[in-house]
Parts: sequence; C-alpha cells; structure tokens
Amino acid sequence: MYRYDDFDRAFLEERVAQFRDQVARRLAGDLNEDEFKPLRLMNGLYLQLHAYMLRIAIPYGTLSSLQMRRLAEVAQRWDRGYGHFTTRQNIQLNWIRLEDAPDIIAALAEVDMHGIQTSGNCIRNVTADQYAGVAADEIEDPRIWAEILRQWSTNHPEFSFLPRKFKIAVTGAELDRAAIRVHDIGLRMCRAPDGSTGFEVVVGGGLGRTPLIGKTIRDFLPKDDLLGYLEAVMRVYNALGRRDNLYKARVKILVHDIGAERMAAMVDEEFQAIQAEGGVALDPVLVARIQDHFAPPAYAPAPEGPPEVLALERADPAFARWRATNTAAHREPGYVIVNLSLKPHGRPPGDATSGEMRAVADMADRWSLGEIRVAHEQNLVLPHVRQADLPDLWRAAAAIGFATPNIGHLTDIIACPGMDYCALATARSIPIAERLADRFKNLDRLHDIGPFRINISGCINACGHHHVGHVGLLGVDKNGEEFYQITLGGSAEEDTAIGRIVGPAVSSADVVDAIERLVETYVDIREAGETFLETCRRVGNAPFKESIYAAA
Amino acid sequence: MTGQIVTANRLTDGVVVFLTPAAGWSDAVAEAALFDTASAAEGLAKGQADVARHIVVGAYLVDAEPGPAGPVPVEFRERIRARGPTVGVRGAFDVPAAFDAPAEV
Ligand code: HEM
Ligand code: SF4
Repeated sequence: MYRYDDFDRAFLEERVAQFRDQVARRLAGDLNEDEFKPLRLMNGLYLQLHAYMLRIAIPYGTLSSLQMRRLAEVAQRWDRGYGHFTTRQNIQLNWIRLEDAPDIIAALAEVDMHGIQTSGNCIRNVTADQYAGVAADEIEDPRIWAEILRQWSTNHPEFSFLPRKFKIAVTGAELDRAAIRVHDIGLRMCRAPDGSTGFEVVVGGGLGRTPLIGKTIRDFLPKDDLLGYLEAVMRVYNALGRRDNLYKARVKILVHDIGAERMAAMVDEEFQAIQAEGGVALDPVLVARIQDHFAPPAYAPAPEGPPEVLALERADPAFARWRATNTAAHREPGYVIVNLSLKPHGRPPGDATSGEMRAVADMADRWSLGEIRVAHEQNLVLPHVRQADLPDLWRAAAAIGFATPNIGHLTDIIACPGMDYCALATARSIPIAERLADRFKNLDRLHDIGPFRINISGCINACGHHHVGHVGLLGVDKNGEEFYQITLGGSAEEDTAIGRIVGPAVSSADVVDAIERLVETYVDIREAGETFLETCRRVGNAPFKESIYAAA
Repeated sequence: MTGQIVTANRLTDGVVVFLTPAAGWSDAVAEAALFDTASAAEGLAKGQADVARHIVVGAYLVDAEPGPAGPVPVEFRERIRARGPTVGVRGAFDVPAAFDAPAEV
C-alpha cells in the first residue's frame, strides 16, 4: 500500500494547522460564512441538511486496517457512531461539530487521511477498480497511476480553479468496475501490439443533469506520456470550458459541443506543445518508489480449491451461494477476493457503524493482510483472502450482517443520501432502497432474478448514478410529494449506456409495487439464461412500461 | 393558519435551530416562534442579526402551521430537517419514529 513520505506528511500537518487557525477565526467571528465556506470546503467540510458533514477521501478505494480503525474511532468519538461509504470511494460523516473539526482532521492526518479535494472545482479523489492489483483479469495495477495522478493534481496551481469539479477514474482490467465512461476522464489500461502497456483515454463522460458517455480520444497512450497528455486535456478544458453557466461547465459539455475528433486534435496539439517545452517529467525514481508501494504482497503458498471449503460448499447451500455471489477470482492461486455486502436488508446502503468498521478491520488483519477496499457500489472488499479461510471469514461477516449474498443483485442497491441528509435533494432515496430490499429479501427469488442493478438518486445531480442503473430511480418533487422517475437499460460497465425514461414519475407509495411488476414481467418474458439488461435491450421499454403503469 | 418560523444552523456544531419567542435559538421546532405575515420580516431580521453576530449560519423563513405541541413545518424537506433523518443505522443512534413513510417501511 502507498505510504506517505515526509513531504506528504509535512504538507498535511501544515494544512491541519492552517485549518485549526481558520476554524478558530470563524468561531471568534473574525471570518464570516462567505469567507470561511471556501476554506472549509477545501478540507471536505460541508454544511448539509442537518449539520456539518465531513467527506474523507479514500484514494482509489484502498484502506489499511489501521485507517479503518481510525475512521471507526472518529465516527464514534466525534460523530454519531456511523459513516456512509459513497460511490466516489469516499466516506461521509454526517454530524460533525465545527468545534471538533480541527481535531478530527488532525486525527485523520495521523493515518495519512484527509478531505482535501473532496469538494470544489478541482481534480477530485481519483477512483479505481476496487479489485485493483488482485483481479484475475487485470493487465496492470492501475493504482500506481492513480497515485501518480493524485500527487500531480494535489494543489496543482493550474487546476485548483477549474470551471467545475473534475473526476478521474482508472481501471487496469478488461471488465470495467470503475465506471470510467461516466467520468470526466476515464483511463483503461490496455496493451499495444508490441506488448507494452498504456492507456485508452476516455473524456467527457458524466451524469448529473446532462448524462453523457465519455468518448475515446486516444486508443493507446504510452504510460510515460500520461501526465503530459492529461495536462493537455486540462489545458484545453481550462481554456475553453464554459465558466458562464454552472450547468455547462463540465468537460462533457465541451466534448459534446466540439466533438470527440476535434477534442482529440486540440489535445494532441497542446500535448505536442507541452512535449516541445520539455514535457511533464515523470521522475523514474518516484515512479519506481510508487510501484514498490503497490508491489503484490508476499503471498504465502495456499492450496487452490481446498477440500474443506469444497466440502462445506456441498454441505451448506448458504455458504455455496455466498461464495458464488460475493467472491471474485484472484490472480494468485489459492487466494480469492471477498466482497462484504454493505447492503444488509433494512439498512441504508453503504452505511457502517463504528463497531462494524472495527470488525472489518479485524477481519482484514486476520484474513486479508490488513487491507480493505471500498467499491463504488458502496460495498467493502477484502482483497487478499486465502480460499481456505473462506468458511471462517464467512461466519465472521455473517455475524455483523455483512454476508448477504446479494452482490450484483437487486438488493445491492446504490443510493445517495437523498433528502434524509442532503440539502440539495428533491426526494428521499434511502427509504426506497430499504423498502425494495425488504420486498426482495427472499434469497431464492433474488437469485432467480439474477444480475440486476437498481440505482437511486435523490435529485438530478445523480450522485446515486441512477442513469447507469439497469433500473434507475430519480426522486422528484411533485407539489410537495415524493415521486420517482424510472429509467431502464442503463449500464456502468464496458457496455456503458444511459437508461431511457419510461414515462411519468411514479408516487412513493406505488414505486415498489411498480418495480415488482416490472421484475415479474422480466421473469415471464426472459429467454433462457438472459439477464434483465439483455432482455431490456432485446425488447425495449414497452413491455416494462405496460407493467409499471398497470393499475395495481 | 399558516405562518412562518425562522431556522438556521448553529455555528459551533451545525445543529438545526429555530428562533424562539424570546429571540434565542432552540433545537426543538416545537419551541419556535410562529410569525404571521405581518411580523415574518421582523423575525427574519432577528435571525439575520444573529448570522452577523456569528451565532448561527444561513437564517431563513420556513412555512409552518400551529400544532398541538408547537409549530410544524409544512414542506416535507423542512419536516425532515426539523426532525432528523427518517432512516438510520440500528444501534448507532436513536432513529426518530418514521413519519409520513409508507406502512411497509
Ligand atoms: C450529501 C452531500 C452531497 C452533495 C451536496 C452533493 C452534490 C453534488 C452535486 C452538486 C453534483 C453535481 C455535479 C455537477 O453537475 O457538476 C454531484 C455529483 C455527483 N455526486 Fe454528489 N453530492 C453529495 C453526496 C454524494 C454522495 C454521498 C455520493 C456517493 C454516493 C456522491 C457522488 C456523486 C457523483 C458520482 C456525482 C457525479 C455525477 C456526474 O458525473 O455529474 N455525492 N454531487
Ligand atoms: S443526488 Fe442529489 S440528493 Fe442525492 S446526494 Fe447528490 S445532490 Fe444530494
């Protein structure tokens, strides 16, 4: 794992001291809210519906058990004993007291954590495939490059006042688990015919009010050119991105307006200019050092498919189902990746209590070399588990309710905080997720339905990624009542697609029944082995529309 | 009759507060002063004076109706803001009884 060096630490300490002083001046009345707001936002401190909210970055979704324990401690000591893991691989604490904020960020800095660039018009926390470095289908660990991007973009003077926020996602595998095509820049590692590795560069994706799928502007970019090339993208955006209209200021609008070809040409021209000036030097020593941090751990040899695990699988269908659904193939023989579902039925998706965070840290120490990942689907991942440890780990996860075998299934819902916490919301998200989870809690039925993604956002900002859910729900306000607009056929993976709106929004009272009818229609009309998304693509919205609006 | 109450967040801890008849701030909406159309601007001015004095942040008026236990905001956003989230993590903190939520929750 990446470890901060003296430079990183000194920078953070300085930032903590600055912030302590700023908070003191605010509390003393020397700064007013207009003056203080940009300063607190630079450290991830928002003022939300109920209180101050702190957003803490988890770069590329990688956490040590030590950091997880510290998050648990912060949540317990200074918040209400729980936190919310988000689709951008951050954690949000909802009940922060301003008076405590300096102590909190000091406590986080001690374990190399902070909320810098989790807000504002800068390059935000770089997100990555949660299986980075361990996925069986991976070309190379993309976190090395995510970390290089983090260092390059942190406090970069040219990119601290962009027209709008800027989000980058990276994946090192063929399968896209990082939703790269709905980010401002998406990077996918790939291989050139000569065997060297580099990136496919995608720009101009994004959700929100204007959902757009990113366009590939470079099929293969050698790794050494990454910073120079991205700097060129940023310069083109900085020069041409619209600052006159908040809603048109994202790079997606620029790419959409001028087209991918023109964007590619302009970026190339800028890139040539940067190269001519000497390029953006990538210090090979630094790269090697970062590479070292992400070197695969020393895996003790472990048997592939240990007999005791296979025996338990035959004896206990619950274990078999969990193993099939919540684990993924590891690149190291004898090892496996384990997903801990943060979607136990009846709980807000992505929430974990301090006790649960501590239990996960203990599990990581015992069975995953002390490492944890946060998935953008709002689940946690133990990346280095010996297959032989699966039975014990399964029981431990079940004991805290994190072993629901629902990864990738209907109750593995992505939901933003919505009106329960968010000042911008038009409707609630979490209660809909809870009611859906309750309605579909029968596991046999859940598994008969198969892969199925429901994403819920409480307003048009689309923090719950509703456009790319197989079924997307967008909360709207109709004369003071909560309604939900339904979209179908979205996907966030390699086959990224924006869901199509089915028809008029459905009331809160009807929405769960409507989804159930839709699911029943799918079960009726699917062909053998066909997933919901496949059926949806084959037949279009019409049959589902009919069932959604059928009188109850 | 619908009136208006003044709400803000307390500077020190961010807690949602309401202007009381004694021109103080309470975290209980039931203790809020309910202003009629004629006096709402005056109420807001009091709130804004406390913004300027760095006691609260972002004072604004909210439509509310008198209830048996004191004023109740009209819009559901403001009811959630006054009462707290309608959902929660069991064991982490006290979840207020769900309101206006379909029976299934
Ligand atoms: C509760 C405080 C939050 C606030 C005030 C907030 C605000 C916003 C706003 C204003 C946007 C629109 C950006 C734009 O149009 O450029 C946005 C986008 C987004 N938010 Fe949030 N958000 C919050 C929480 C979250 C959470 C909890 C998540 C993760 C679950 C999240 C994930 C995202 C994502 C992924 C987008 C990107 C959509 C896009 O590509 O345009 N946000 N957020
Ligand atoms: S989608 Fe809207 S309601 Fe949900 S967190 Fe984002 S801004 Fe808030």
